[in-house]
Amino acid sequence: MSQESLIFDLGRSGRYARAQAPAEHADLADIPAEFRRKQRAVMPEVSELQVVRHYTRLSQKNFSIDTNFYPLGSCTMKYNPRACNSLAMLPGFLDRHPHAPDSTGQGFLGCLYNLQEMLAEVTGMKTVSLAPMAGAQGEFAGVAMIRAYHDARGDDGRTEIIVPDAAHGTNPATAVMCGYKVREIPTAADGDVDMAALQEAVGPQTAGIMLTNPSTVGVFERRIQEIATLVHEAGGLLYYDGANLNAILGKVRPGDMGFDVIHINLHKTFSTPHGGGGPGAGAIGVGERLLPHTPIPQVGEDNGQYYWRTEKDIPQTIGRLSAFGGNAGVLLRAYVYARMLGREGMTRVAEYSTLNANYLMTRLKAEGFQVWLPERRASHEFIISLKGEAKELGVTAGDFAKRLLDLGYHAPTAYFPLLVPECLLIEPTETETVDDLDGFVQAMVTIREEARHDKEFVKGAPYNMPVRRLDEVKAAKELDLKWQGEAS
Amino acid sequence: MPFIPHTDEDIRRMLAEVGVDSINSLFDEVPSDLIDPGLPGIPEGVSEMEITREMNERAASDMLGPCFLGAGAYRHHVPAAVWEITTRGEYYSAYTPYQAEASQGTLQLIYEYQSMMSGLMGMDASNASLYDGGSALAEAVLMAVRANRKSKSGRILVPDTVNPMYCDATRTIVGNQGITLETVASNAETGAVDVETLEQWEGEDIAALVIQQPNWFGRLEEAQALTDWAQRNGALVIAVVNPTAMAVLTPPGEWGENGADIACGEGQPLGIPLSSGGPYFGFMCCRKAHVRQMPGRIVGRTVDLEGRTGYTLTLQAREQHIRRNKATSNICTNQGLMVTAATIYLSLLGAEGLERVAGHCHANTRKLTERLAGIKGVSLRFDGPYFHERVVELDRPAEPVFQQLASQGILAGYPLGRHDKRLSNALLVCATETVTDADIDRFADALSHALAKAA
Repeated sequence: MSQESLIFDLGRSGRYARAQAPAEHADLADIPAEFRRKQRAVMPEVSELQVVRHYTRLSQKNFSIDTNFYPLGSCTMKYNPRACNSLAMLPGFLDRHPHAPDSTGQGFLGCLYNLQEMLAEVTGMKTVSLAPMAGAQGEFAGVAMIRAYHDARGDDGRTEIIVPDAAHGTNPATAVMCGYKVREIPTAADGDVDMAALQEAVGPQTAGIMLTNPSTVGVFERRIQEIATLVHEAGGLLYYDGANLNAILGKVRPGDMGFDVIHINLHKTFSTPHGGGGPGAGAIGVGERLLPHTPIPQVGEDNGQYYWRTEKDIPQTIGRLSAFGGNAGVLLRAYVYARMLGREGMTRVAEYSTLNANYLMTRLKAEGFQVWLPERRASHEFIISLKGEAKELGVTAGDFAKRLLDLGYHAPTAYFPLLVPECLLIEPTETETVDDLDGFVQAMVTIREEARHDKEFVKGAPYNMPVRRLDEVKAAKELDLKWQGEAS
Repeated sequence: MPFIPHTDEDIRRMLAEVGVDSINSLFDEVPSDLIDPGLPGIPEGVSEMEITREMNERAASDMLGPCFLGAGAYRHHVPAAVWEITTRGEYYSAYTPYQAEASQGTLQLIYEYQSMMSGLMGMDASNASLYDGGSALAEAVLMAVRANRKSKSGRILVPDTVNPMYCDATRTIVGNQGITLETVASNAETGAVDVETLEQWEGEDIAALVIQQPNWFGRLEEAQALTDWAQRNGALVIAVVNPTAMAVLTPPGEWGENGADIACGEGQPLGIPLSSGGPYFGFMCCRKAHVRQMPGRIVGRTVDLEGRTGYTLTLQAREQHIRRNKATSNICTNQGLMVTAATIYLSLLGAEGLERVAGHCHANTRKLTERLAGIKGVSLRFDGPYFHERVVELDRPAEPVFQQLASQGILAGYPLGRHDKRLSNALLVCATETVTDADIDRFADALSHALAKAA
């Protein structure tokens, strides 16, 4: 694939998409010169066709769900139904101003209210707030609510949040943002939380625990009820990281497990697009204890009229997380998806994502790959460790990941969780066919064969992508973060 | 089974391979009292045809006429090409570009975005986006406290001319980190901050001063003098700006002698639909010295094994997936697709087009407010230069008038009494380039009609 110039290098002075701006300049003489910009910003100077062609060509350099199998563990890269996009982009939704009165947004607010209700039901929580704009913001809201709960009770000796060592990086980062110390506990050899270590860690200083279930090692935490009792008896609360909710959607509910607050990555489980890095939506489900601290705004209903609930309705709220009400357009997409799934469809998400993962794990194991925790059931994802291949063949998990790209497969999550050496975390999702899963197994076998014959070949991959391995050290040391006028 | 491709035969074959007789056996590690709760509150699934009918009806019920509301979100013309390209599956359904070789499209686009945003703001560097303007201010406050190594106080000066919803979001987000936001009162006559007001903090340990331009009331702040005061007193300057306005107003990088330290704000005006408040994106730029304190993703240009130009996420050692509890922020997923749209928008308009759009916003607002000021019972509230928003004062409470005009399909501005009782009669009005003379006539007629009855 040929290199694509930077958009700046395609320009000619004075060129712009003339159909897109007013034909004449307006009179700005009443703005005093001291406030006026002296020199125009350096911007592309290109035609509309140049823009369309450039960004279409750039798009073709991406892998995406629409073009490639994307078994990225913990990210739930499932099909994003096109109807969810087109229906969220209807003019009545797109043109509505966020400050327009509730009376003129009944269609929009109604969708959000119904979504809240469905999410509360499928997670077993008392209520749902759609305000957080991503998983990490949902986490923040949840831990801030835990803090508000303890503060409201005058229980101010609780300074620690317990986080398993396998947790996503956002968990400890969030705990710190909420002013807590992080207490890390190990994972036991069987993949569950190390109960002895947990018992040791829990105490009067415990504000709460953040857990993902199924965990990031891809198995269901079997003693979850015991953990909930232990933490609750010590006065702490339980936070559920919903990153892996796809594995249990409608099948097992976090609320029934004893969690007090959860976040749901709608861009994972409810199939809203990842968009090359967002926008996501991190709806939170709230249990009885934390209801008074629900973030605002939240959609309420009164006699068939939907309205935004604010601090007047929830006086002990942790407050507002953004200028408006969250990522509304993402929420509409999730609503359409949830309605199309319905009751049975939700449970099937859990069932078939689990079937696909267990099938893929069994096939890879049969081909001689080392499954982490082989005696356990896989959830919707599982781990293989390429420690053996690294030792015997000299190719690492990272090398496999890069060579997979050449063969048309997006790499699984590599080197996460941190406690498993040379690991790949593989999540096929429920929307892939058995043929695609078989194709992936074949690709892994092929790469291992290639490594046996010529390890340097595998270590040099990828070859068929727009670029080969990049010099990341140079990128970080000789920072080049913007175009500065030179021809490239 | 919507979106699940398996045939009965596939399922039999897969279960046999795994060695179980049913899918339920795959859940045999889950405690039995937790499994299959039933979901009576969730309706049966519907087809695409049925949900299309429902959504068409719901969307149609939200249609409205002319919009004179701004207050943080602005109705601009969005070129058709912006969303045609942005919703291509290769952008729409891609993950965060961690696998750089398989994400060069998104990565090069973000590099171009960073270049355009740095240029528009007159700053050294830009990140790849934050959630929205409100949370961007929160992140800027946290960043300023980290970056200002001389300051130990965690005190941030925030004028009452900063968007109150940004302040609310910031309080929520930074509240547990030992940071205090102290309010700076603006001049009640001009609706802008007087530099003299800051003298009460002279010589004190202040981490940063926030300056919003144009401010919450649409007025232009004396950004030059305010910036110089702050930096003379050891405080960093956080600029909160409207990106459209920066086509014609002095950008933060040129404020005062040294320029602002951090610039952030709401990216929505750059090609993002109003969409009831989201998804939008927050932008953030900074001076070079602070790059390593900036939160969120950053793309750098580098070379591959063969010396070809390529793009990659860089400085990842700041981020949560590497640094965990020592990260600059917990932010992970941001607003990538919105940045895609904004980059295409800025490429189409260029500096020339954006300047024309900005100019027409200003001229339409001047036209609108001159017209409204001629109505009996309406006056202009704050005196001084403005961009595309102004405060008009009615002879009665604004909230009921706002509701009355909304019922006629006109969004008549933002009732400022929601945040400040002293302004209960005031409406913050805005006219972008999309407003026509006929829209202004309709608004003016409806308003004079509403005010014709005795208050």
